[in-house]
Amino acid sequence: MVNFLGRVRDALTRRVDSFLLGVAMAIALVGLITLFSATDQSVARVTSQATNLAGALVLMWIVANLQPQTIARAAVPLYLIAVVLLVGVAMFGTVVNGSRRWLNLGVARFQPSELMKIALPLMLAWYFQKFEGRIGWKDFVLAVILIAVPVWLIKRQPDLGTALLIGASGFYVLYLAGLSWKIIVGLAALGAGAAPLAWPYLQHYQRERILTFIDPARDPLGAGYHSAQASIALGSGGVVGKGWLNGTQTHLDFLPERHTDFIFAVFGEEFGLIGNVVLLVLYLLLVGRGMMITANASTLFARLIAGATTLMFFTYAFVNMGMVSGLLPVVGVPLPLVSYGGTALISLFIGLGLLMSVQAHRKLVNT
Amino acid sequence: MARRLLFSSKRRGYDAGAGFCARELKNPERELYLFRRRLALAGIVVVLAFVGLAARFFYLQVVLHRYYQTLAETNRIAIVPIVPNRGVISDRNGVILAQSYSAYTLEIQPSRVKNVEETIDALAQIVDVQPRDRKRFRKLLEESKNFESLPLRTRLSDEEVARFAVNRYRFPGVEIKARLFRQYPYGEIASHVVGYIGRINDRDVDRIDEWDDTANYKGSDYIGKVGVELSYERELHGTTGVEEVEVDAAGRAVRTLSHAPPVPGNDLKLSLDIKLQEVAEAAFGDRRGAMVAIEPATGDVLAFVSRPGFDPNLFVDGIDPANWEVLNESPDKPLLNRPLRGAYPPGSTIKPFLALAALTSGKRTAQQTISDPGYFQIPGAAHRFRDDKPGGHGVVDMYKSIVASCDTYYYMLANETEIDDTYRFMSQLGFGQKTGIDIEGELTGVLPSREWKKNRFAGKNYRDEHRKWYLGDSISAGIGQGYNTFTPIQLAHAIATVANDGVSYRPHLVKFIRNARTGEQRQLEREPTHTVPLKPEHLAVIKNALVGVNKEGTGAAAFANAAYVSGGKTGTAQLYSLKGEKYAASKVDERLRDHAWFIAYAPADRPRIALAVLVENGGFGAQAAAPIARQVLDYYLTGVRKAGPAPAPPVKDPEDESD
Repeated sequence: MVNFLGRVRDALTRRVDSFLLGVAMAIALVGLITLFSATDQSVARVTSQATNLAGALVLMWIVANLQPQTIARAAVPLYLIAVVLLVGVAMFGTVVNGSRRWLNLGVARFQPSELMKIALPLMLAWYFQKFEGRIGWKDFVLAVILIAVPVWLIKRQPDLGTALLIGASGFYVLYLAGLSWKIIVGLAALGAGAAPLAWPYLQHYQRERILTFIDPARDPLGAGYHSAQASIALGSGGVVGKGWLNGTQTHLDFLPERHTDFIFAVFGEEFGLIGNVVLLVLYLLLVGRGMMITANASTLFARLIAGATTLMFFTYAFVNMGMVSGLLPVVGVPLPLVSYGGTALISLFIGLGLLMSVQAHRKLVNT
Repeated sequence: MARRLLFSSKRRGYDAGAGFCARELKNPERELYLFRRRLALAGIVVVLAFVGLAARFFYLQVVLHRYYQTLAETNRIAIVPIVPNRGVISDRNGVILAQSYSAYTLEIQPSRVKNVEETIDALAQIVDVQPRDRKRFRKLLEESKNFESLPLRTRLSDEEVARFAVNRYRFPGVEIKARLFRQYPYGEIASHVVGYIGRINDRDVDRIDEWDDTANYKGSDYIGKVGVELSYERELHGTTGVEEVEVDAAGRAVRTLSHAPPVPGNDLKLSLDIKLQEVAEAAFGDRRGAMVAIEPATGDVLAFVSRPGFDPNLFVDGIDPANWEVLNESPDKPLLNRPLRGAYPPGSTIKPFLALAALTSGKRTAQQTISDPGYFQIPGAAHRFRDDKPGGHGVVDMYKSIVASCDTYYYMLANETEIDDTYRFMSQLGFGQKTGIDIEGELTGVLPSREWKKNRFAGKNYRDEHRKWYLGDSISAGIGQGYNTFTPIQLAHAIATVANDGVSYRPHLVKFIRNARTGEQRQLEREPTHTVPLKPEHLAVIKNALVGVNKEGTGAAAFANAAYVSGGKTGTAQLYSLKGEKYAASKVDERLRDHAWFIAYAPADRPRIALAVLVENGGFGAQAAAPIARQVLDYYLTGVRKAGPAPAPPVKDPEDESD
């Protein structure tokens, strides 16, 4: 009996990286506590998020138990499915808030761009692994096409924010695979030069957000309102914050989207600079651990996938906190592990599962 | 060489020519070293970015803390939306049907009041608070979010405003506000067209989200709920203005910092003629029913009646429960938009359209005759499909089949016609489909086909024999009974299309949209949607027969001595199957009596108006519906208006009258 329980325990924990899981759960706990305040103490919302969390943990465990090679085999089908679904969205998708991002599956609505967040890095990592050691400029061109197709499809939904983030995840793989600095610098220069040319092709709301970022006073009821109110929330929080459930900005209805993309403003108002720094440290620990796993990974595929996943965690956290604190324009990016929403939580925990799989299987596949 | 590296690669020569030289790698360790170097660099970027964030937090939360604290708590800058004036709705001649006006309201912000009931009791000593105001307020309180300010009383008099102002210090959380109200001067007349506005609820919030227009609805309390108010909400609403005001700790405005004025909503000019509408509604008296009148050459809806109606003014401030109960539970269903949402069997009004189908397909010529013994039997079957006239109409050609409304002629026609052919022809006239009129909630009705029957009875409770199309189904459908159900707007649209020689327009209620500031008018809907391919000689036969109906047929009594020539067709839709017994109106419960139909257009040579009248449980179309049509046509074409409702038929058993 004891032996049996011991085996169960072993099966449950063998592939799970306790440090990574500990930090992630700490962040998720911060999320649940803040969510309770942000939803005006809605037990229903917190319960629903906790349920999502439980489901996400199961998926994480499953992914952690898969061999990286098994995951690599799924890369091509996953990528193709994600592209097909994105095309499906363009043709039959449900329109919410003027964008066509969702597929209605009857029971639930599903955003294929979420799947692509995982599928694209997997695909690229698989590709570089397959041709490891003989990668030339043609492969680089192909990789860029593999990135450009989903980015273009998502951009025209329109969802520029997600398109850029998915583009970034692809770029991270290229960077870690050893893309020439010359090309990186060249692309950066090209991007900076081309930005003004892209202006006429942006959607109305995208221009509004950028103009509002430059001058928050120009649209005080719309996009600028979010930004201005978030800054007031953070700033008035001070060093120690106003205390849990005591944020005035939060509870007087001034903060929009306060349980999703802007939840960090609630946190910052109620827990102050100290809380913010603690949260930053938690993210830093998470990313740091991810980098250690990446550095010790045994195959090129494992390295690339672990590195890209880790850097995406960082990117989401940075872009969201930068947006809420007014450093970056408003883009619809949730704060990882904190914002309310099941789909994002699931893809994040699958990401953690990938890292754990890489870590747990590093000695088994020694090169 | 190393600088020209594209990818760390062992492959040689291949890339060199392209300028992307690959360098030989000695071993995997070297590769791992390069990878880790890149990873470390990324780590440095991560740390720097987080330090940047921390610096930003420090700047906001320490350096600017005092400034933001001031903004947040003491001198909050409130951004006050200024609600735009909602557009005016007028009829085709500019008579106002819906307008906004500003009035004072007494409002309570529940979150700032300790005991709402006590506060209301105290307020009742200063201003007049009726029990119905309390009830309504309680209902609003249940539906609202916490931080909203809710009106207790609307339309305060100047004296009441002054009295409250003196006592204001006693009532924190209670305020006088100026708000815009909606008024419908015609009340019940055209209520189903104009509709009404009401307080924004959760479903409306979702709708606003769909439009991506949340910012524009900040401060708006009302939104279109029904009718034109609903379907043209986005034209009528306008653009919300913004005022930045400095407010003190108590939430009172201290001064205005900036001001962007609102842009008023666009005005709507309907195609409706409100005078004609009044005549039509009066003609119904207290009978239930529907009427739609359309200008054939444009698709303009001239009158759109659904009786009984309701007073839209009751809904504007939130309807009180007593009135709501009356409207919602009345067996007369005053909230039902009958022209759009009432689907009735068309009865004999379908005959001219089926005759046109027979001419077009070549199944019949105008001259071909049948002999009517007073019933029709499917060869080899025992059941007799009865004609209304005992003994039959004798020798009947197409003209007589319409003028005298001979059932046997159409039983025989249906017997020889494939139902799917009928379906295809009738679809072109818009039966069984939404006409696309510019208010919401239209039903499709049923134009039966084999496909339709298969789908209708697809459920598990039905067997294959239920799904099969039988000849008997065709025969019943052939006189507008059976599975056919059409909405009054469909019939009006179809007769207008025929009157307009097959050129079909989408019926519409709004003719012009006028920019309230520039006065610029924009016309809607000028192009026909399609043209039904009809031969002029076939149309001439049908039109001639329709004129015959009003001259010497079932419509002749109602149209005696008319100053114009008109075409028409009566119809009676059976609700109650008599199983061979003779229909006796006096013996049948009023609510099970037949529906009376009349469709018409006039003047016959150049139609200016086409209409469909339905009187629910009115009995024979010739008696109940045709006189209403007569009054409407008389008024529209000659300007003569009779006082009082059109004569209702006596409840008697007509001996020899066909419908």
